[in-house]
Amino acid sequence: MASTAAAQPQLKKTGSTGFLSRLRGGDEVARLITLLFATSVLIVTALLITELWVSSGPSREKFGFSFLTSTTWNPVTDEFGAWPFLYGTIVTSVVALLISVPIGVGAAIYLAELAGGAWSDALTFLVELLASVPSVIYGLLAIFTIVPMMREFIGPALKTVFGSVPLVQDLVAGPVYGVGYLTASIVLAIMIFPYIISVSREALMAVPREQREAALALGATKWESTWQIVVPFARLGIIGSVFLGFARALGETMAVTMVIGNDNNIHASLLSPGNTIPAILASEFNEASGKLHPSALIELGLVLFLLTLILNGLARLLILVTTRKGSARA
Amino acid sequence: MTPMRAKSAPPSTDMNDTSEAIVPDQTPSAKSHPAPQSGPVPQAAARPAEAKMQAKNVNFHYGTFKALHDISLEFPANKVTALIGPSGCGKSTFLRSLNRINDTIRGARIDGEITLDGEDILKMDVTSLRRRVGMVFQRPNPFPKSIFENVAYGIRVNGLASRSELPGIVEKSLRRAALWEEVKDKLQESANALSGGQQQRLCIARGLAVDPEVLLLDEPCSALDPIATAKIEDLLVAIKDQCTIVIVTHNMQQAARVADSTGFFLLGKLIEHDRTDVIFKNPSKKETEDYITGRFG
Repeated sequence: MASTAAAQPQLKKTGSTGFLSRLRGGDEVARLITLLFATSVLIVTALLITELWVSSGPSREKFGFSFLTSTTWNPVTDEFGAWPFLYGTIVTSVVALLISVPIGVGAAIYLAELAGGAWSDALTFLVELLASVPSVIYGLLAIFTIVPMMREFIGPALKTVFGSVPLVQDLVAGPVYGVGYLTASIVLAIMIFPYIISVSREALMAVPREQREAALALGATKWESTWQIVVPFARLGIIGSVFLGFARALGETMAVTMVIGNDNNIHASLLSPGNTIPAILASEFNEASGKLHPSALIELGLVLFLLTLILNGLARLLILVTTRKGSARA
Repeated sequence: MTPMRAKSAPPSTDMNDTSEAIVPDQTPSAKSHPAPQSGPVPQAAARPAEAKMQAKNVNFHYGTFKALHDISLEFPANKVTALIGPSGCGKSTFLRSLNRINDTIRGARIDGEITLDGEDILKMDVTSLRRRVGMVFQRPNPFPKSIFENVAYGIRVNGLASRSELPGIVEKSLRRAALWEEVKDKLQESANALSGGQQQRLCIARGLAVDPEVLLLDEPCSALDPIATAKIEDLLVAIKDQCTIVIVTHNMQQAARVADSTGFFLLGKLIEHDRTDVIFKNPSKKETEDYITGRFG
């Protein structure tokens, strides 16, 4: 495109494919510029890891691996352990998934397979809307409706139903404050289920029409075709949506900070207040002073980063395994 | 030869006519003799031994678009009927009406009458209809499951056989689809690992496993090479004693090779329907002749 009339004959004569002539063609320029942009991904990742690693230095040196297992978090005595927050993060996220995956996947199946045109489109629009609501809004919703509901109805109801069931009773022991692990899980579940619906629905819609028709043509009912053929066909996408939701739940800060209760001790009961890594980072970082406290908080950040990294690895592994098992690619 | 017969009208429907099968290679002049009680209607050239399925005055709409105009056609038992015509002529739509798979398309509407053994399919339970009228699609569409599970799916979903009978049925179906020898050692492997031609034969085996009375094929060879195509054609001829076959094809040689009778569609209308050799050697309609000779389409 940039080649001039004067340059062209020369090009032909020499048959040159050197850098300059390619530069004139524009391809090389485009390659270099886009390469530069692509490199920014590497740079940001490297900066992130370096910063987390270096700044958490004092804490890492002082506590070593016991940082992960220690349950004490005491800024006054400069003793720091990550376990209560790691525990809180994982528990709230897993419970949130237990709540939202069945609902989300079920809703996605309805929207993609069973609902009629306009109705499905309208609901899908709402789902996308929900997915874009800022998390602080969900936090407000939680404080003003879910926390009171938890205190008045859900908590007492759970205690009545499971209070004397062996094994499960510990999960609902203790007083009901309204805030706590389960409240945070419910908020998280509400926040991630639009993602699960949206991504699962896309995956289901991408299943070739011929797959549905093949099942129907063999005498399967609509539901049999959906459940036995379409859903398994889309399972990679559905698993992807679950991991996306999981990642979002792990990192969610604002809404969780508002309802988790900010208790730096571990409690077995889901009705008890607790804390998560993002929540304690948000609530303590401003006031952290000295050398060790900020450093320990940054190490918490590092732990969270590694957790999401491991999660990503697991997701890849799961996809690899399920792909090998009969599915091959779509 | 008996040229210029009005065949766009369906043959009169004498269901009691149980005359023996018409051999496709017979010359046209011989065609009226095996059915003495069909009496003085010599133009009933494609007269079936017995109509397995029959369409009467079928109209089909996609929303406001009318895709089929007043189609009447019968499909004789244990015969192969080919539907030919240019793209968009409605032959696939018509085929897909025969097992009501078009029901799943939004805005699709059908009127008229289609019968299977004299029973109106539009009033039938749709899943039992589709079990009796199987279908093979244009692109091979095996399920992302093992070869075994693909063939077993129809049996399982319809609860047709016990678990212990499954392996036998799967083997029998794969043999009927001429695929057994190629896959017998890898039944548990993914169906997606097969070649396109093998996948399509697997889809045929899957369809045959539920023992359908009619098998509909929608351009089954359009994605396949000539060798795979030849295998499927041989297979169709081999299984027609067990079921009635309707095949949509763009390939006129294919229709000529496998079909006992052929219907020519154009712009949503059935222009002509007759024995295959008549359609190809002596069509009565100009449109048919133009299409056959490659003047359009």
